[in-house]
Amino acid sequence: MALDFDRVVAEEVSRSFGRRRALSRVSMVCEAGRIVGLLGPNGAGKSTLLAVLSTLLPPSSGRVRYGSHEARTGGPAVRARIGLLGHDLYLYPDLTARENLAFFARLYGLPDAGSRVAEALRTAGLESRGDDVVSGFSRGMRQRLALERALLHGPRLLLLDEPFTGLDEASGAALVARLRGLKSDGAIVVLATHDLDLAERVLDEALVLGDGRVRATAPSGGQARERYREALRATAPSGGSAS
Amino acid sequence: MRVAWAILRKDAAVEMRSREIVYTTVFFAASCVLVFAFALVREGRAMPDAAAAILWIAVAFSGTLGLGRTFERERYTDTLRALMLAPSDRPAVYVGKLLGMLVLLAIVEAALLPLIALFFAAPITASPLWLAALLAAGTLGFASVGTLFAAMLVRARSRDVLLPVLLYPITIPVIIAGVRGTAAILQPVPDEAMARFWAALLVFFDVVFVTLSLWTFEPLMTEQ
Repeated sequence: MALDFDRVVAEEVSRSFGRRRALSRVSMVCEAGRIVGLLGPNGAGKSTLLAVLSTLLPPSSGRVRYGSHEARTGGPAVRARIGLLGHDLYLYPDLTARENLAFFARLYGLPDAGSRVAEALRTAGLESRGDDVVSGFSRGMRQRLALERALLHGPRLLLLDEPFTGLDEASGAALVARLRGLKSDGAIVVLATHDLDLAERVLDEALVLGDGRVRATAPSGGQARERYREALRATAPSGGSAS
Repeated sequence: MRVAWAILRKDAAVEMRSREIVYTTVFFAASCVLVFAFALVREGRAMPDAAAAILWIAVAFSGTLGLGRTFERERYTDTLRALMLAPSDRPAVYVGKLLGMLVLLAIVEAALLPLIALFFAAPITASPLWLAALLAAGTLGFASVGTLFAAMLVRARSRDVLLPVLLYPITIPVIIAGVRGTAAILQPVPDEAMARFWAALLVFFDVVFVTLSLWTFEPLMTEQ
């Protein structure tokens, strides 16, 4: 189980659902200590790419390498190093925040589960609500709890799908600080978002996706907005661009 | 087994809080027995072997209800994906959910047996060990296939319709063996040799179904 890696490489990854191609020959390299953004309009393929990188979805063609391993050969050992915060938050609404975190700690076989759970609740700012059921939480509180759930086992690769959804300004700023901390700890962070203001503050590079293809890459957060607009113009229906 | 045990504990904690699945399945199973008792018992006498048949029909119907609800909880916030990401062999998720179903059906059967004894005058204490063995083996056979199908159908739009349509034809041998074996020991003079034959057949089904389910769970659950 002591598998580790310092880069994730997607090589010519394509993914089809029936006749619809969600990803088309996407290649990317994500290094440890860097935050890579996936930008693009709805339906661009961002969530599909995250699902492929998380090993939940096998690519139709191409491959993803985690260091020298692939999902097929690494299996549980690769999954132990991946944390995923999806659009759905993967929390049980009938359990308390503490019970949710304790369950995932047991699932990952973490030692000192009690102290890790307490630390995660503190980081999420939910210490006083730890024994409340999650169904009574606001979207922002659930989002913070879900982020801690994804980070509980100290993953090397962190995949975040719209992590700023539902967060107020203070929580958004706290998330930015958290991502910077993870980056300095050597995590590989891949983040899909529409929030360019927040993304520009944390991204080291960005991939702009459109119709399942990589339309542009931006080497630093500052150029992401411009590239994103260019990609939107390139993928817009011809009627729209003519007006 | 760590993952399976964690999933069982989590399902128990959720159920202890809501009590939704236990109450609905037990109530549904008891209603089944009651309806059949009114239909089949005349002047305190039931048709021969009716008690065994009604017992297994109630287990199968309420089990299907429980299977659907158990996986509905994993669908609600897509937590099944989080389970599939756990760093263990994925069949451990199947084992955890199967253990939960076995506990649920054991509770249902514990509630059903006194009702069967009361309404059908069935001698459930005549061969208690054989009765327990038949129920355990039959329940495992039914739940092993049911858990696999319920997990497989969790993202299907018409899962509520598809689950019984797929489940009942495949588990018919289990239900038949359970009914015949139980009928043999609920006779006025229990036929233990016959019960042993049907119990052995149920164990054979269990081995086949559990092995096939463990083998096919990961490929069936991998999103295609």
